[in-house]
Amino acid sequence: MSPDTSMNHETSSKAARFARRKRFNQIAIALSMIAMFAGMFWLAWILWETVSVGISGLSVAMFTENTPPAGDAIGEGGLANAMMGSFLMVALATFVGAPIGILTGIYLAEYDPSGKLSFTVRFINDLLLSAPSIIIGLFVYAVIVVQFKEFSGWAGAAALALIVIPIVIRTTENMLALIPAGLREAAYALGSPKWKVITRITLVAARAGVLTGILLAVARISGETAPLLFTALNNQFWKASLSGPLANLPVTILQFAMSPYENWQKLAWGGVFLITLAVLGLNILARMLSREKL
Amino acid sequence: MRLKLNISNALADRLFSLTARGAALLTLALLLGIIASLIMGAWPAIREYGAGFLTRNAWDPVREDFGGLMMIYGTLVTSFIALLIAVPVSFGIALFLTELSPVWLKRPLGTAIELLAAVPSIVYGMWGLMVFGPVLARYVQQPMQSLLGDIPFLGALVSGPPVGIGILSASIILSIMIIPFIASVMRDVFEVTPPLLKESAYGLGATTWEVVWRVVLPYTKTGVLGGIMLGLGRALGETMAVTFVIGNMNQLNSLSLFEPANSITSALANEFAEAAPGLHQASLIYLGLVLFLITFTVLICSKLLLLRLKKNEGARV
Repeated sequence: MSPDTSMNHETSSKAARFARRKRFNQIAIALSMIAMFAGMFWLAWILWETVSVGISGLSVAMFTENTPPAGDAIGEGGLANAMMGSFLMVALATFVGAPIGILTGIYLAEYDPSGKLSFTVRFINDLLLSAPSIIIGLFVYAVIVVQFKEFSGWAGAAALALIVIPIVIRTTENMLALIPAGLREAAYALGSPKWKVITRITLVAARAGVLTGILLAVARISGETAPLLFTALNNQFWKASLSGPLANLPVTILQFAMSPYENWQKLAWGGVFLITLAVLGLNILARMLSREKL
Repeated sequence: MRLKLNISNALADRLFSLTARGAALLTLALLLGIIASLIMGAWPAIREYGAGFLTRNAWDPVREDFGGLMMIYGTLVTSFIALLIAVPVSFGIALFLTELSPVWLKRPLGTAIELLAAVPSIVYGMWGLMVFGPVLARYVQQPMQSLLGDIPFLGALVSGPPVGIGILSASIILSIMIIPFIASVMRDVFEVTPPLLKESAYGLGATTWEVVWRVVLPYTKTGVLGGIMLGLGRALGETMAVTFVIGNMNQLNSLSLFEPANSITSALANEFAEAAPGLHQASLIYLGLVLFLITFTVLICSKLLLLRLKKNEGARV
């Protein structure tokens, strides 16, 4: 074998290897683009169905009338009682859960950023943040429903509040940690006590972030169904109080969608449309708020 | 006057710090409370069946005979298949977002993926039941049955009514739900890879794929694993999406992917509110406890892996 041909051989095998690597890379890039496209495709498909079928299910009656009996004529009845119930529970859960979450966030960021208790709380908070929400429902069932011997809006609101708390803790702590230390030191140097520094300086500086966290929490609990199944249960009637079983949108949607009645299914699509709209709207609002500030 | 003000300030300080500390302790108490209440609620079933509950194949509320095997099987299998689909797709999305996407597209695409994570699970469930199930039955299940039905082993996997409801549908819906979680964690950890490392590899003539597979992935593997675990935790605990499409049937007669089945969460969602207090309810809570412990373990693993990534990152910089 002359040196010349062996060199040729080597270059050609190198070229082949290069071509193989290049081809492999092209395939990988193509697959990655397909994956990206697939992700977008699901989002588009789900949103499209929700919007197109949901809008056809919308009507004025949906906002003014209560849930109809099964098998009624299409267009009769609405979701007014369910919306009211959902609103009551989400509002109470936010008013109870957000302050507890903010206070805990303050403790983690301002009082004891690197202590043992903070480390444990942070760890447990992360676990609670992704704990299955149906387990929260079981817990509230055992603690509230069993004690008072009835399903109630109070229990539903408690379950939702337990979901709000970890979300608000996480965002509050993260936002407070972003506030520059100089701001705090300046306030201390002027002689203000710690509680005043926190409530008047750091919390105010971080308010957009904290608000974002609360909005995200509201978005999350507006669509939560599992924790309401055996706490608030459901109700066919209009009610503006939290005692006793309370109608709410998610559970009503579940019940209506799984039923064979066409009028119920139509209302369920209308309800799903409303929830999706509210949740995505809140998310986008939260994003805009936090971007503006950061 | 001055002194009084100081005292009141000191008092307020004390009060405020105590409240904040109390709120933090409340979070701790919450977790203990959840575990304690689950164990107490499940106690009758724990006493009756012990750990054997996990492998008992029975669920008969009328004769009060319970075992968790069917639901545990449903939960584990649907989550496993969901991961099988979601991990490669998420990897592709993260690769696209970090290495391939033009800069102006990065932000809108990333936001869209994150919005997909925010859509409430009941929307996925309803869409799965009404829209996706029939499509799956017609265009996937029926052709697969006619294609594979006669082959001995594969045939068993695709037997059963091709109605678009069952283990396969639940797994696919779950995978769509967890893709955004896994993809956004992967994207975030891919982005912590120092550009210097990547640029050196590119400079040596590596292709995009080689950079991601041989440089980025080894550097971020703990974080990627953490993200996958996070997605797994989601899938295991997901209730609504699964309840809509899994078929809610207590059976374990065939291993077919098309058969309706039941998972821990769907059993709880369907039966708990109507279960009579006693062994039935206790068995359901026992299932909840099992679910909690499984997700707990998975989440702790995920958290530890992500923490390790953070530490490594600090050490290398």
